[in-house]
Amino acid sequence: MIVLAAKRLVAMLLIMLVVSFILFSLFEADKMAVAGKVLGPYSSIEQREIWLSQNGYDEPFLSRYTQWVGGALHGDFGDSLQYKVPVSELLADRLKNTGILALIFFLIMIPLSLTLGVLAGMKEGSWLDRIISIFSVLTTSIPEFVTATFLTGLFVYTWQLLPGTSSMTGGFSWQEMILPVMVLVIYDFGYVTRMTRASMAEVMTSQYIRTAILKGLPYKRVIMRHALRNALIAPFTVIVLQLNWLLSGLVVVEVFFAYKGFGSLLVDAALFGDIYVIEACVMVAVFIAVFSQFISDIGYTLLNPRIRFS
Amino acid sequence: MLPTTAVTPVLECKNVNISYYTRAGEIPAVIDFNLTLMPGESMGIVGESGCGKSTVALAIMQYMGKNGRVKSGQILFNGRDLQTMGEDELRSIRGSQISMVYQEPMASLNPSMKIGEQLMEVPLYHESVTEAEAKQRSLDMLAAVRLPDPQRIMDAYPHQISGGQQQRVVIAMALLSKPALLLLDEPTTALDVTVEAGIVQLIKDISKQFGTSMIYISHNLGLILETCDRITVMYSGEAVEAGAVQSVFNEMRHPYTRGLFASIPLPGTNKNSRPLVPIRGQLPLPQNRPQGCYFSPRCDFFQAGRCDTKGGISMRPVSDEQRHDVRCVRFEDIDWANYRPIGLSGDKVEIGKTVLEVKHMKKYYELKDSSLIAMIKGKKVQYVKANEDINLVAHEAETVAIVGESGCGKSTFAKVLMGLEEATEGEVILNGLELSHTPVQQRKAQTVALLQMVFQNPFDTLNPSHTVGSQIARVIKKFDIESDPDKINQRVMELLDLVKLPRDFALRRPRQLSGGQKQRIGIARAFAGRPSVVVADEPVSALDVSVQAAVTGLLTDIQRNLKTTLLFISHDLSVVRYVSDRIVVMYLGHIMEQGTTDEIFNPPYHPYTEALLSAVPIADTSVKKRHIVLEGELPSPVNPPSGCPFQTRCPRKMCAICETQLPALQHTDTGHAIMCHIPIAELRKVEQVFQVEAAN
Amino acid sequence: MTDAVKFDTALPAKRESRLKRFFQALALMRESPVGMIGLLLILFWVMMAILAPFLPLYDPNAIMAPFQKIGATAPDGGIFWLGTDHKGRDILSRIIWGAQKVLIWATFATFVAYVVGMLMGVLAGYKGGWADEIVSFIANIFLSFPFIILCIIIVATLGASGWTVVVAVTFASAPQIMRIVRGLVLDLKTRDYIFAAQTRGESPWYIMLVELLPNARGPLIVDACLRLGYTVVAIATLGFLGLGLPPPDPDWGLMLKEAVPLGAFAGHSMYLPAAALASLILGFNLLADGLREISLRD
Repeated sequence: MIVLAAKRLVAMLLIMLVVSFILFSLFEADKMAVAGKVLGPYSSIEQREIWLSQNGYDEPFLSRYTQWVGGALHGDFGDSLQYKVPVSELLADRLKNTGILALIFFLIMIPLSLTLGVLAGMKEGSWLDRIISIFSVLTTSIPEFVTATFLTGLFVYTWQLLPGTSSMTGGFSWQEMILPVMVLVIYDFGYVTRMTRASMAEVMTSQYIRTAILKGLPYKRVIMRHALRNALIAPFTVIVLQLNWLLSGLVVVEVFFAYKGFGSLLVDAALFGDIYVIEACVMVAVFIAVFSQFISDIGYTLLNPRIRFS
Repeated sequence: MLPTTAVTPVLECKNVNISYYTRAGEIPAVIDFNLTLMPGESMGIVGESGCGKSTVALAIMQYMGKNGRVKSGQILFNGRDLQTMGEDELRSIRGSQISMVYQEPMASLNPSMKIGEQLMEVPLYHESVTEAEAKQRSLDMLAAVRLPDPQRIMDAYPHQISGGQQQRVVIAMALLSKPALLLLDEPTTALDVTVEAGIVQLIKDISKQFGTSMIYISHNLGLILETCDRITVMYSGEAVEAGAVQSVFNEMRHPYTRGLFASIPLPGTNKNSRPLVPIRGQLPLPQNRPQGCYFSPRCDFFQAGRCDTKGGISMRPVSDEQRHDVRCVRFEDIDWANYRPIGLSGDKVEIGKTVLEVKHMKKYYELKDSSLIAMIKGKKVQYVKANEDINLVAHEAETVAIVGESGCGKSTFAKVLMGLEEATEGEVILNGLELSHTPVQQRKAQTVALLQMVFQNPFDTLNPSHTVGSQIARVIKKFDIESDPDKINQRVMELLDLVKLPRDFALRRPRQLSGGQKQRIGIARAFAGRPSVVVADEPVSALDVSVQAAVTGLLTDIQRNLKTTLLFISHDLSVVRYVSDRIVVMYLGHIMEQGTTDEIFNPPYHPYTEALLSAVPIADTSVKKRHIVLEGELPSPVNPPSGCPFQTRCPRKMCAICETQLPALQHTDTGHAIMCHIPIAELRKVEQVFQVEAAN
Repeated sequence: MTDAVKFDTALPAKRESRLKRFFQALALMRESPVGMIGLLLILFWVMMAILAPFLPLYDPNAIMAPFQKIGATAPDGGIFWLGTDHKGRDILSRIIWGAQKVLIWATFATFVAYVVGMLMGVLAGYKGGWADEIVSFIANIFLSFPFIILCIIIVATLGASGWTVVVAVTFASAPQIMRIVRGLVLDLKTRDYIFAAQTRGESPWYIMLVELLPNARGPLIVDACLRLGYTVVAIATLGFLGLGLPPPDPDWGLMLKEAVPLGAFAGHSMYLPAAALASLILGFNLLADGLREISLRD
């Protein structure tokens, strides 16, 4: 168990290292391009060269890379080209906002989709199952920004109930949170619901559930004690891995509603060519993704006695 | 037998019809089924796959799934119709008055709950007992099913104990509420032979000790004979013969029952004097059942006008016997005494020169141990000794059987031979060519062609994406037997003739073939390159009994005609006895005994062979068998015992020497070899395992 | 229950041509109404895409009268069936040409991703050992990027174009396809027919391509269908973020990006591309669902 965790941890660090190297090569291997991004497209070659030597770019590529990694480990990613402030300050603020959005989303999505999934999977083929299944296919099929478009159309333009942007310029506002969270939940709950349903349905047709029923146990006991524990192992991993999915979704939703989060920061940076911000954002995103993979692997092992003891 | 008057039967099925309702329409699974089970009686239901025997069990439990339904008839439990009961009432009966033991113990236990909790549930929910009392009763019951250390078992998860122990837990669970009726659905099919013997013994003792009525469902007639008072033989959804075990086994009335018995190799059968007789044809699909008697297309006594009447055939009692019924219009007319069906040919073939020689072959697998302890100790690699010092010679036209239970190394041995694995040490010499270190890709096409294989699982043996013909043709092309497309095609046709399948099968895809037909194609494929050695890995164990005989017969016929050497890998000593000239008995990677078939089946025995022989269920009342039930579980090959590999379970274990020292092989003058510390002279004194009485 | 399935009985033999089998497979779709709806939605858009050059449409980039309502009369006397956008371009024309564009790029990108992913998956699954370690590690690196973020990086480095989309989708999807194929192969390679092929000395590539892959096609067809849907989403999302196929050519994502802020005046210019996009992706998802349902049945 501990060995497994240690192995996973090493693999995780290795991936982070490789990703950081690829990223650094992509954005900073060509020094002149970097200088061009910083000083603008109309800067002269001489200006660029002066800037490069002033900022330590004359050193060999590998030593620049190690310095960059060293800085990144201390949270120093340089200054944003667009906002002229340290990237770390910018990022901390944006991550906090995204964290709030993600937290509210998870608090609503998890209970909702687990309940619906279990209900649907309990009696495969029942009318409840069919309704839940069709509903979740429909909602998952439609991309976030399309859902956002329709919701904005209705709640903002037609009924004028909610604000159309969530930039929170006047401080935190629950009203501005409603649409982003709603879009995320609608887009995402279907997937987890379907996973839970499939897992539950599989468990319900398993032989040990037959054993439990033919032991004469009450239906409630069969579901609560025999089925749920086994059925929820798969959705657990899915939910943790959702973090990775969610990041994609967040990018779109934040841009759509102009929410000042991590995703909109990344897209702005990409459009502006703010390479230090892109680097920092991607490293954070990859860290979250890899770390959630780690948690899901460990959690799966802990939840599954068959693996835990072998 | 108990008197049938006045006492209410525990279970009575009256004209039960069960159907499954699918998209294709209604599929009758069980037709006109009748059964009467008196208190304390045990009834065996026997039949091949698809005969409806498990459906009967599930109908008794009233657990038919979404699309199954009892269409008509009554299922009376203690006189009350289960059909009319509500969910609550059924729940109170299930698990307390009727309980069930399943085929796959691992799948039947909840993987994420401790065994203790799964057991305690039964008394807790059926009788209002305290937690402590439930616990005590569970412990007692675990001891009653002879599990060692019940306390440890209670705290274990199902995957932490062996398959045999799991099945004992399931049996304990079924008995906890002292049920009136116990249903056993193929309870030992998933287990090894020696483990099976232990469970069968336990089941027999239970029915004595608790007086529980039992329904024992199996495809194995031998098991039914050992465990039951009465038997019902089913065929294609119908009971075709029912009666007391002794009377049915002594005088079978239905042609199908006869056919079933004639197609299993019993100690009395013999290639020359009493050959196996396969049942011709195959089981009809439910929607293609013939009119009248369902068995008629496969029956030698079919009479047009009598056997194919509209409206089916009903069960009729045998006049001079009690409670013996037969579903055949002609059973009184059939003259069994003068019935001489064509059996499998068994002409003795001259055994030729040495073809295959294996000398001191060893195969070790490395196993990376990633546990923390191993890391600290720095000992990261463990070896699994899959094959240890294998010596074997096989001659032209000879059949050598390799027998053993799971983990004995027989499949590894086959892989090394085929060149899929490299031997760790030793030599494998085929026609004078040393092959043990030449993987199959580096062998010449001609060499590869010389050594081919027939596989176990008919559903896996053919690639579902390609036609049967193209798969055989590929072999012919690959081995450079022919290169001209017409000639290849010609050869494919010849091979289909060889395995007695119609030529138009070449265009079929595997899913359009039955299991037996697929296995025939597998045989055709193995013989396509004119091999000198064919390795057959359990070629018939996944097939139905009546099909087994035909496929076994076909394989040995071809082999004898082509003078091929056959290595027949099997766990089933009855089949092995029938087909092989010599037998090699393996246990945990070692050869324990090897000799001619006669030598293996007669003393001196290796103690393991002796136990293996006695564990084989025999469906013949004229055979008396000694019962030896091995203690303990099959050790894992990863962690084998010290000294003699068999010492942990050996009933003849002597003293310390067995635990510390690997015994040497003892040879007799004839080449019979036994690996045991007990001197051969001593082993010679042991009584025969089977005693065949004069046939009646 | 299982009793009814295990008969030792053969089905009648039929010689089937490939075409006939294709139509039989299509006929199977009738048994899944959900899949049928999906198929119809996809066929509709495919027809539109194919017919785009032959339909009497305005040039999708021609700037005419802005903010025209649905069914308004065009300056040249024709009709703007679906109105015009803020720049005065015909929405119907832009949606249909947009369909063609997104379908071509999505199909092409998915195809490339599949070729790469399948080869990686078969190699990793069948060879095992070091090949598996290396391929899986590479896959894990790309899987550790959230999909859109990987696309953003690639677009940020290579610049926005159709080819960039292909590259992005390949990098993002191929590792996932690799994982699926690897899993299928790990299961399939223990089958006896693979052993049979090995024991007759077939080369690894023959086994991988002829013996293994054809048997993995069932789940892969379902996945390919879903993945086409994802790729359409990805292309549209990139368009919406302003990182997709470059303007002024019609792109559904870009159309939405431009229309949403003006939704208050011209709802239709926002709802219509949104509906087009939703219906196409829904089509792929429903078809995949139907295919899965049918493949599980038999």
